[in-house]
Amino acid sequence: MPLTDSLRDDILATVPSLRAFAMSLSGNSDRADDLVQETLLRALANIDSFQPGSNLPAWLFTILRNLFRSDYRKRRREVEDADGSYAETLKSQPNQTAHLEFEEFRAALEKLPQDQREALILVGASGFSYEDAAAICGCAVGTIKSRVNRARSKLSTMLSVDTADDFGPDDTVRAVIGGGR
Amino acid sequence: MKDNKPQAARVGGTGKSGGLNSEIQSRIGHQLRAMYDDVVRQGVPDRFADLIRKLDNPDGNAATPAKTDGRD
Repeated sequence: MPLTDSLRDDILATVPSLRAFAMSLSGNSDRADDLVQETLLRALANIDSFQPGSNLPAWLFTILRNLFRSDYRKRRREVEDADGSYAETLKSQPNQTAHLEFEEFRAALEKLPQDQREALILVGASGFSYEDAAAICGCAVGTIKSRVNRARSKLSTMLSVDTADDFGPDDTVRAVIGGGR
Repeated sequence: MKDNKPQAARVGGTGKSGGLNSEIQSRIGHQLRAMYDDVVRQGVPDRFADLIRKLDNPDGNAATPAKTDGRD
């Protein structure tokens, strides 16, 4: 369909979550924004192939994921984010404890296989249905479900090992982790 | 290949068998969304708003949209 004002507004409205997705895939804020920019250019160049009434975010996420995939194959992940540029972009970590907590989580997420990480993010953070996530990743719904389950299970293993060591009687840690319980 | 992996959360000394695991699962969900939403809340950087505006309006400076350097 042609690029109408409302379609343009819808694309713009998807930019924040595209950036979040790109950031979680690449682990690097500069590359994430480059990915988003390339995604937008490609989407606008191919806007005629977008079906009116279909899922615009899913369409844009698919483009971004494919770009990331082809880019990834080319250069693998360089030593991304060695100095924590991702963490620097995140403003709302309230204190040092939470920051360490977050770093620990991010490191665990980084260790997941790419298939599992993207499935978990699409379903667990972007809020896509299993069906949409399957369409974005070009695989079966059952595959997405099993990737998400394996991702959760692996993260759980990694984080429970750490927490067994780290959990002291520190109320701040408990509050951050468990919302106060 | 069998698929019976050991329980993920068998590590700790919480005493409750499912407790630590579900605590960690909920923590994973929170951390994941917190990480993601933190970026979402940053909104649309000028760089992208400009990009779409220029492409949308051929009268604008649409020649080299890929080089909008909207960040400092």
